[in-house]
Amino acid sequence: MSARSIAADVASGARSAASVLDEHLARVREREEEIHAFNLVTEEKARSQADAVDAAVAAGDPVGPLAGVPLALKDNMCTRGIPTTCSSKILEGWRPPYDATVVSRLADAGAVFVGKTNLDEFAMGSSTENSAFGPTRNPLDTGRVPGGSSGGSAAAVAANFAPLAIGSDTGGSIRQPAAFCGIVGMKPTYGAVSRYGLIAFGSSLDQFGPFATDVADAAALYDVIAGHDPLDSTSITDFTPNAVDHLSRGVQGLRVGVVRELSGGAGSVEGLSADVLARTNEAVEALAAAGAIVEEVSVPSATLGLSAYYIVAPAEASSNLARYDGVRYGLRVDAPTTGEMNTATRTAGFGAEVKRRIMLGTYALSAGYYDAFYGKALKVRTMMLRDFASVYENFDVLITPTAPTTAFPFGERSSDPMTMYVNDVCTIPSNLTGHPGISVPFGVGDDGLPVGVQVLAPALADGLTFQVAAVLEAAANAGGAT
Amino acid sequence: MSPHEPTLPDEWELVVGLEVHVELATRTKLFCGCANEFSTDPNTNVCPVCLGLPGSLPVMNGKAVDYAMKLGRALGCEVHGSVMARKNYFYPDMAKDYQTTQYDKPTSMDGELVLSDGAVVGIERAHIEEDAGKTTHIGGGGRINDAMFSLVDYNRAGVPLVEVVSRPDIRTIDHAKAYVNELRDILLAIEVSDAKMEEGSMRVDANVSVRPVGSEELRTRCELKNINSVRSMGRAIEYEAQRHVDLYNSGEAPRQETRHWDEDGGRSTPGRSKEDADDYRYFQEPDLVPLEPSAADVAAIDASLPVLPAARRARLADLSGVGPDVLSTVVERGQDGLALDAIEAGADADKVLTRLQNDVAVDDWSNLTPPLLAALIRMETSGELTATQAKQVLSDMVESGGDPATIASGRGFEAMESNELEGLVDQLIADNPDEWIRFTSGDDGEQKKMQGFFTGQIMKATNGQADGRAIAQLLAAKGS
Amino acid sequence: MSERITRDEVIHVARLARLDLSDAEIDEFAHQMSDILDHAADIEALDVGDIEPTSHPLPMVNVFRADERRPSLDRDEVLGVAPAEQDGQFRVPPILGEER
Ligand SMILES: [Mg+2]
Ligand SMILES: [Zn+2]
Repeated sequence: MSARSIAADVASGARSAASVLDEHLARVREREEEIHAFNLVTEEKARSQADAVDAAVAAGDPVGPLAGVPLALKDNMCTRGIPTTCSSKILEGWRPPYDATVVSRLADAGAVFVGKTNLDEFAMGSSTENSAFGPTRNPLDTGRVPGGSSGGSAAAVAANFAPLAIGSDTGGSIRQPAAFCGIVGMKPTYGAVSRYGLIAFGSSLDQFGPFATDVADAAALYDVIAGHDPLDSTSITDFTPNAVDHLSRGVQGLRVGVVRELSGGAGSVEGLSADVLARTNEAVEALAAAGAIVEEVSVPSATLGLSAYYIVAPAEASSNLARYDGVRYGLRVDAPTTGEMNTATRTAGFGAEVKRRIMLGTYALSAGYYDAFYGKALKVRTMMLRDFASVYENFDVLITPTAPTTAFPFGERSSDPMTMYVNDVCTIPSNLTGHPGISVPFGVGDDGLPVGVQVLAPALADGLTFQVAAVLEAAANAGGAT
Repeated sequence: MSPHEPTLPDEWELVVGLEVHVELATRTKLFCGCANEFSTDPNTNVCPVCLGLPGSLPVMNGKAVDYAMKLGRALGCEVHGSVMARKNYFYPDMAKDYQTTQYDKPTSMDGELVLSDGAVVGIERAHIEEDAGKTTHIGGGGRINDAMFSLVDYNRAGVPLVEVVSRPDIRTIDHAKAYVNELRDILLAIEVSDAKMEEGSMRVDANVSVRPVGSEELRTRCELKNINSVRSMGRAIEYEAQRHVDLYNSGEAPRQETRHWDEDGGRSTPGRSKEDADDYRYFQEPDLVPLEPSAADVAAIDASLPVLPAARRARLADLSGVGPDVLSTVVERGQDGLALDAIEAGADADKVLTRLQNDVAVDDWSNLTPPLLAALIRMETSGELTATQAKQVLSDMVESGGDPATIASGRGFEAMESNELEGLVDQLIADNPDEWIRFTSGDDGEQKKMQGFFTGQIMKATNGQADGRAIAQLLAAKGS
Repeated sequence: MSERITRDEVIHVARLARLDLSDAEIDEFAHQMSDILDHAADIEALDVGDIEPTSHPLPMVNVFRADERRPSLDRDEVLGVAPAEQDGQFRVPPILGEER
């Protein structure tokens, strides 16, 4: 059942929020042990929120657009009084004394928080295998990863533990797991959604965004979380989210570019599998059939994204993660001096991938290497911004696959960081440029697992991504995808 | 300047640059809405932002930026677009384990400070940054290296600072002191800081080196920290310069390092040299956006600047003959406007300024208007009031207002007729013949002592209302 | 095998980052970080001389808040999650190094 119909039923009194919650919690009890979508199921919190919604409905008080809708929160979102771990031992047991702005907005909208979802530690990963609390399994095939880093949120929606979830996307961490789990996931324009209370990984890249089973639910959730927040200096002012308004506009006359370098064309990045490319082509054909003007287009610097990202994100992370030092909160491993205590705590508290990225980022920023790596990467960002800007003079949206492959088996890529990082090659450019992107399911691969197609748009054209995704979804449902 | 200029050997020259951290007097901290106020109750002015809690984000206090630009312009700096940066290093009083500061694009650059004797010290930069919390070392006498443990209070974390970095243009300790005093006067005049060294709202680090006289080289410098007063700074620089000279003279050389000034021991001790300390991995702060003041913004800042202390002192100096200390004090207290108007109203300039300096050292002197002050000074110069009386009347005027003539008559301060005073003196001489002989025939010292005796007796008899000068004249006349 | 990043560099970086690495981890990181930087050779080789760096995807400037109080946190809540506290403060082992 969609979030829209749940909210409508609850608001009208046709169903109680409490019964909706019971239904979802029953599914959690049934499959959570197998899936491990959650680090924490917040049943008590959910019940009190559901009861409050029901009381408001009974009293005839106005309720929000997500009244009574169960929703899962990625465990890198600060929730007041509720443990928030980033799937790291270093934050185990920490209870933030404040709510993320997005959390407050969702609570005000009447959402019911069923739990905090698992992720790659500090959102560093593409498979949710890097969690200190064990991996999440893909509900569609439990031998495979759900993608990451927001794998727990994607799995929670795919398993129908909640119709909606929030994830965060630094290099594809919403879109890639959405693709792997056969659901919709969207990364907003940088600054469209407040980062206040999002535990930072790469501050200039991170954005919260929605997961849902369909495009319309994702748009409704987007409209609740987007909008200006004075607590985030990088929050866009005078921005009115109106994703839902775009849903039925169609693509007639829309100019759609297929990014050659990310879609198997000339000069393309390697490793894109044939079935994924085939579904992407079908998606493009479906758009053409719906009246869009489709053309292949070149964005030369798009292939540089991966390298730039794996400099910029670790550099920012190395600084953002310095504060986990055992002094104020979280883990402390005792030692004779504060310096040794810092080191012992961090050594015990961080997992291998987090350490690797802290090391890489520290190196990239350190004296003598800054210009060669970090300084260069910032210039690559400029090149990419210019390239995309000139492409968007002639195109309204761009199409690429979301991820090079469908969901892969556990352990397949965890031994070699580089093969794991290549997962993000199609999603990374829009994090570096701050542009919006959405992943929408479009058929299945040779293995029968879902394929995601990505729609990219220029900054602030978030509504347009939903508009095009809605057309792709309709085509896929009508059998346009094989 | 003070007569005490310490004893660096003739062939050596002192080279000093000062880094002054100034706490801005905003209501709230730099990046959050916590109170920017001194609190003895630790960790009460803290929030997710200044505690650096995961997920928190900074938002720039616009007032702090205005204050920083104001200071930059008051120091004659160029004020232009700037960005915040992260300076990465671990220290427990720094909640994020990086300091948000400015690096390659500071708010203010290339200014100068003109000292009261006309010497000019270049200002390299004045940048905005956040303060750290406070660490207290427990056990082992409170010294860091033998403490049993330390306690951290983050009330001060995130307080807005401007760090004013001078060029190494300072050549004497007196100039170093004058620089700090002048900077403090400017800060008070433009009202951006309390500028109290003893309370830590103005903190000075001194970069000290020496070189042979006549040389233009910059030799290895040491940065002295933990300087708590202007006097302490003078001692620290003197000690450090001598230490360098001694090292050079014995064929050694100082190492570039940060040193800790030990005020009680009167010496500097090395900070433990941290081999990684210089790799701060600066990069632009992604959680904040650039500061881009427009030309109009800067013009508005300029228009808001008051006449600065140096110019105010110069105006008083043109009208009077008092020394620089008096000028500084009066300007520092903001009494120069009052003084100028009183002088304009016909009062003796030197008298006005010295009376203000000596006798109006109070916070609230709002009862004192220029015409009333001028009237008082005229009564004193005309001899209507003795110095002592004038001082008392002035004190009443400051306390509760009113005009000096009324206050003087209310206190019974009629000018004492000179024959009345002469009668008193004659009586005293008759009553104290031995003392009178010692006055008339003793040596200088004896005479002075006895003059004190007679003056004291007369003051006692007149409740202090006699004019000391008149007594001296009478005694001298009768003794000759 | 000559790596882009030496063991000594890894050790230096680990010290900056306050991480303690085993010998095996030092080797592994030297190898993996070298790999990642080899991959970054494409941007290392770029001629980007006059291109302005972009630290930030959005061209925003001058975001300020008013100098107004907002509530601070309750100290008990703040210290309630502290690894060690004493007298209303965070307690840490002795600090070796510079006094501030
Ligand atoms: Mg500084
Ligand atoms: Zn605060």
